[in-house]
Amino acid sequence: MNIVVCIKQVPERDARLKVASDGRSIDEAGIATEINESDQYALEAGLRLAEKTDGEVVVLLLGPDRAEESIRRALAMGAARAIHLNDAAFAGGDATATARALAAAVENEGGVDLVLTGLQSDDAGWSQTGVLVAERLGWPSATLIMEIESPEGGRIKVKRELEGGWFQWITLPTPAVLTIQSGIYPVRYATLKGIMGAKKKEIRKVSPSDLGLDASAVGEAGRRVEVRRLYVPEKTAEAEMIEGDAETAAATLVDKLQKKAKVL
Amino acid sequence: MAGAIWAVAQLEDGRPKGVSFETVAAAQKLGEALGKPVEAVVMGSGARSAAEAVAAKELEAVRLIDDPKLDPYTPDPYAAAMTRAVEAESPDYVLFPHTYQVRDWVPRLAAALDAGFVSDVVAFRVEEGTPVFVRQPYQGKLNADCVFADEGSDGVRFVSLQAGAYLASDAAAGDAAAEIVEQEIDLGDLETRTEVVDTFQEVVDKVDLSRADVIVAVGRGIGKEERLDIVRELADALGGQLAASRPVCDNEWLPMDRQIGSSGQTVAPKLYLAVGISGAIQHLVGMKNSGTIVAINKDPNAPIFAVSDYGIVGDLFEVVPALTQKVKEARGAA
Repeated sequence: MNIVVCIKQVPERDARLKVASDGRSIDEAGIATEINESDQYALEAGLRLAEKTDGEVVVLLLGPDRAEESIRRALAMGAARAIHLNDAAFAGGDATATARALAAAVENEGGVDLVLTGLQSDDAGWSQTGVLVAERLGWPSATLIMEIESPEGGRIKVKRELEGGWFQWITLPTPAVLTIQSGIYPVRYATLKGIMGAKKKEIRKVSPSDLGLDASAVGEAGRRVEVRRLYVPEKTAEAEMIEGDAETAAATLVDKLQKKAKVL
Repeated sequence: MAGAIWAVAQLEDGRPKGVSFETVAAAQKLGEALGKPVEAVVMGSGARSAAEAVAAKELEAVRLIDDPKLDPYTPDPYAAAMTRAVEAESPDYVLFPHTYQVRDWVPRLAAALDAGFVSDVVAFRVEEGTPVFVRQPYQGKLNADCVFADEGSDGVRFVSLQAGAYLASDAAAGDAAAEIVEQEIDLGDLETRTEVVDTFQEVVDKVDLSRADVIVAVGRGIGKEERLDIVRELADALGGQLAASRPVCDNEWLPMDRQIGSSGQTVAPKLYLAVGISGAIQHLVGMKNSGTIVAINKDPNAPIFAVSDYGIVGDLFEVVPALTQKVKEARGAA
């Protein structure tokens, strides 16, 4: 199978975020990044399926120059090559604008059997992009995928997570888009050989015009939703913070749990 | 009705799920703020009784889309039916609960109509006639005020609301039952692509965490499986159960049946200790109603502190063993 895995570069989970001076984005200075968690699982799922079906994984990422680090990591894990949607016009998009660009890139690649991506990003968290790409391509989609079986007779069988502890096996025709739930399979580490090999793999840098898209259709110009202000939320219930070294804090906490909260 | 606000219900076993009434409550509030009529939409197969349940609320109408292709749920017929209903009726805003099911089909609808979709909204207000929707990006670490970029032009706009953002009990009841309008949608031409093979609950020897008085939950901050022991010792000292946030279970450091949160169990013990858990919303929904909540985390800005009664900012590898020791001393003395 020819598989495209869409990945996103996001701030590391533990990153201390600060709002930038424009009041609408985060200050990127000194922020470590990683591949979005559920996209890592999508990549793992894609690599396994490619190995089983004698296919290949192409990584697709929309982001600036700095995102090349995430692409190299995906290549080191085993993706064959990458498409990097990297152009100033792509910046500042919402899920709509980003999906438009990703769908155009999948069409431009041609011959794709399956698009995989994570169920949502750890930064914007729209949980829309994969499904938007499917509709733009006119392909079927399924979300929250926990297991994928090898395709058979032009259809693929997948296990979905539903609400309230329910699950479901469904089949759908390929080509299709699947969004992957975190935890589907343990994510492999990049080997030293993989890291060395990744340096020679192709990363194709693509602009809107390469995809036949007008610059006004993507990025900030193409968005439907605008972030007017980004800010640190006011804390609704202030926790009582317990100070001191570990020993002191532990003693204070036990005292409070006994005497004030009366739960010990 | 053109220019209306729609609240779309989600059904389960033929009845509206509770979140459907949260959506109705939000739609009523938005309708009041914008001076627009509010209607509900019920979709399903044999869904009239569900529509009647929704019609008890204060609504201009309940639109019923009843079609055998809408049961069992698959995304294409839902997206197609709603696309056609929106094209026929031209509502201004369509509100949904932000459920797994909505995430599965509403983006298709938004793309088909080339409309904006603000998902996972926790609150909204209206400023100078424009609704401003609040979301919590970056795992709940930040808030974002969002507006539709095309506000003021014709066209529909989609919004989904986080569970619990609005209260079902705030959905105002009507003086009389709202009229149920059968929305004529023909899905006969729609090709069936997705086939449901089997829908089931995982049969596991499940640990019922909801019965525990004390839960010590561990998160990503633990870093390695081998380090779980210090947290297990604390749980033992407290006579409590060990639980975890999703990443710990995804890494298979603890079994899935110990997971707290939207894809795990919902608990409300007397004492909940969150160790190395930052407090993503998916975790918070599973534990925020606990009696006393204690968080231990190295990041003073971690969202978990916002729902906690007591917080310790520090290295869990120092704090947890110290706490275990103090708990043993306190209990031994008691």
